[in-house]
Amino acid sequence: MTFNRRIFLGSAAAVTASLATPIVISAQGRPRVVVVGGGAGGATAARYIANDSQGAIDVTLIEPTRAYYSCFFSNLYLGGFRDYDSLGHSYGNLAATYGVNVVHDWAVAVDRDAKTVRLAGGGAVRYDRLVLSPGIDFIEDSVPGWSLATQNAMPHAYKAGSQTQLLRAQVEAMPEGGTYAMVAPPNPFRCPPGPYERISMVAHMLKQTNPTAKILIADPKEGFSKQGLFEDGWERHYPGMITRIGPDFGGDVVEVDAEAMTLSIDGAVESVDVCNVIPAQRAGSIAFAADITEGNWAPVSAYDLSSRADPEIHVLGDSAAQGAMPKSGFSANSQAKVCANAIVAALSDGRAFPPRFSNTCWSLIDTDDGIKVGATYEASDEGIVSTGGFVSQVGETAEVRAETYRESLDWYAAITSDMFG
Amino acid sequence: MLARALLSGAFAVAVLALPGQAEDRGEGEVLFRPCGACHMIGDGAVHRVGPHLNGLFGRPIGGAEGYEYSDDLIAARDRGVIWSEELLDRFLAGPRDTFRQTSMVFRGIRSPEDRAALIGYLRSEGGTAEAQNGAEPAAIDPEIAAILEIAGDVAYGAYLSSECTACHRATGGEDIPSIAGMAPSVFIAGIVAYRNGTREHQVMNTLSARLGDEEIAALAAYFETTE
Repeated sequence: MTFNRRIFLGSAAAVTASLATPIVISAQGRPRVVVVGGGAGGATAARYIANDSQGAIDVTLIEPTRAYYSCFFSNLYLGGFRDYDSLGHSYGNLAATYGVNVVHDWAVAVDRDAKTVRLAGGGAVRYDRLVLSPGIDFIEDSVPGWSLATQNAMPHAYKAGSQTQLLRAQVEAMPEGGTYAMVAPPNPFRCPPGPYERISMVAHMLKQTNPTAKILIADPKEGFSKQGLFEDGWERHYPGMITRIGPDFGGDVVEVDAEAMTLSIDGAVESVDVCNVIPAQRAGSIAFAADITEGNWAPVSAYDLSSRADPEIHVLGDSAAQGAMPKSGFSANSQAKVCANAIVAALSDGRAFPPRFSNTCWSLIDTDDGIKVGATYEASDEGIVSTGGFVSQVGETAEVRAETYRESLDWYAAITSDMFG
Repeated sequence: MLARALLSGAFAVAVLALPGQAEDRGEGEVLFRPCGACHMIGDGAVHRVGPHLNGLFGRPIGGAEGYEYSDDLIAARDRGVIWSEELLDRFLAGPRDTFRQTSMVFRGIRSPEDRAALIGYLRSEGGTAEAQNGAEPAAIDPEIAAILEIAGDVAYGAYLSSECTACHRATGGEDIPSIAGMAPSVFIAGIVAYRNGTREHQVMNTLSARLGDEEIAALAAYFETTE
């Protein structure tokens, strides 16, 4: 889409430098915004700030990976509905078209007094406003027996990339009649329907290749997003294959042994062939390094996503404690636009508009059987609050479900285009 | 000024009676229900998201007064193209296969029998162009007309549009259409239809419910400037 906003064609093309010496990059006159994390929140914010400020603001995006692989839709890869490459997106256009300085490095520390972000490569980047959108990290001791050291034996696959490929390979290698186990996370966590869409996709794969296989879910939560819709779908498409053990029967008392490949649920030990452990989650580490967290998350103002601890730092997406929005790629994209508008208004001559947010989450249960849930939100002093919503219904026609799935494909193409231009 | 429209309502010229027309009327009425979210037909029909469908058969293509048609429909009208039975049938089977620029959100009807039933219903309810001769041009829905009177704030519309672009690509998708460059009357009619629930889509109904008239006008003014 060629909008009638002036697009800044920056002279700075893709910068992929890991700085070798500890120098501080300065903005040379223009206010500088540094964005940490190139996912749905960070990439969208970088693009919109660069575009809407018409070049008046210098934007640097710090992201360690050279291509973005979306966590949303990665379940469809597990189910065989898309190939892995279709999840990947380049940062090249953010640099070439919008003039964003893309730095492929890890942000490891924030000096809030000096307003600099220190990079693992040794450099530091100065900011006037800092946007943190680092996604999630895992709480290692939340599932006894699981750690990052054992993540290849029992993959989380909840950050898209090699873990996603590993989990699919493990599912494909399951013995006939084997058991796939998932340890579901406690609230709050990234993408509330995500684990259950994953169950659907693994079941879809197994139904074709290993129909006597079983799926076991150990879940610490009483209920989960779209539960009635998922359970209806599992009964229709995968009868007898899926067993969920909630907290009433010990789903919240789980241990794993990666070496023995066992899962213990309230003391009952099961041998499993694949164990997909999705641990409890917290804000990305850089939020803790910046010392803007309370508990596991970073509290923010609902009006501009600025940190409650430091108004010159904004936190987007999964890491933010913002109120009622679920942790999702769509939410992060929506929050990024509100944040971008506020930053452009503060640092250049842009107009500030009232914040408004929305989110829709599509899930696939089986071929052409898509469901969705969504809501609109607005800002309040207490946080982001819901103003209306909807959810798919049990018993919808096959045509409605097929349309919902096709709609989700269009959404994926649109939101990734919205992120990267 | 870009003149775009959702749909050609001008299914023109004498169309031979379709087999089973009379007995298909009931089925055609059922098939028309989803169309009714955007189109009106019969006594009191006015333009909504799509043009009214009275006098469809025999009406010159792009010929409903007061409705803005897409460029390719206008071009077809200028070439003197008329709706034959075959063309109408093909259009209903796949609107964008017939007119690429139409932004009518409709995938088409696969069944030839269903298309015949729907065509029969349209003829029986809307009559022919001859029957419409001398009739007053259809008015625009008053709610839509009131918003059209508002001078939209383009900059505000640009900000609000960021909520749309999470799902709508400029090039359009298979199920989520492009709204870039859309004529304000068509855009406003669409949003109003979602806002008041005459057109059903869970996401759009929810998003539109919180849009005020000024915001719809701002969005319409902005999207008219996009390509």
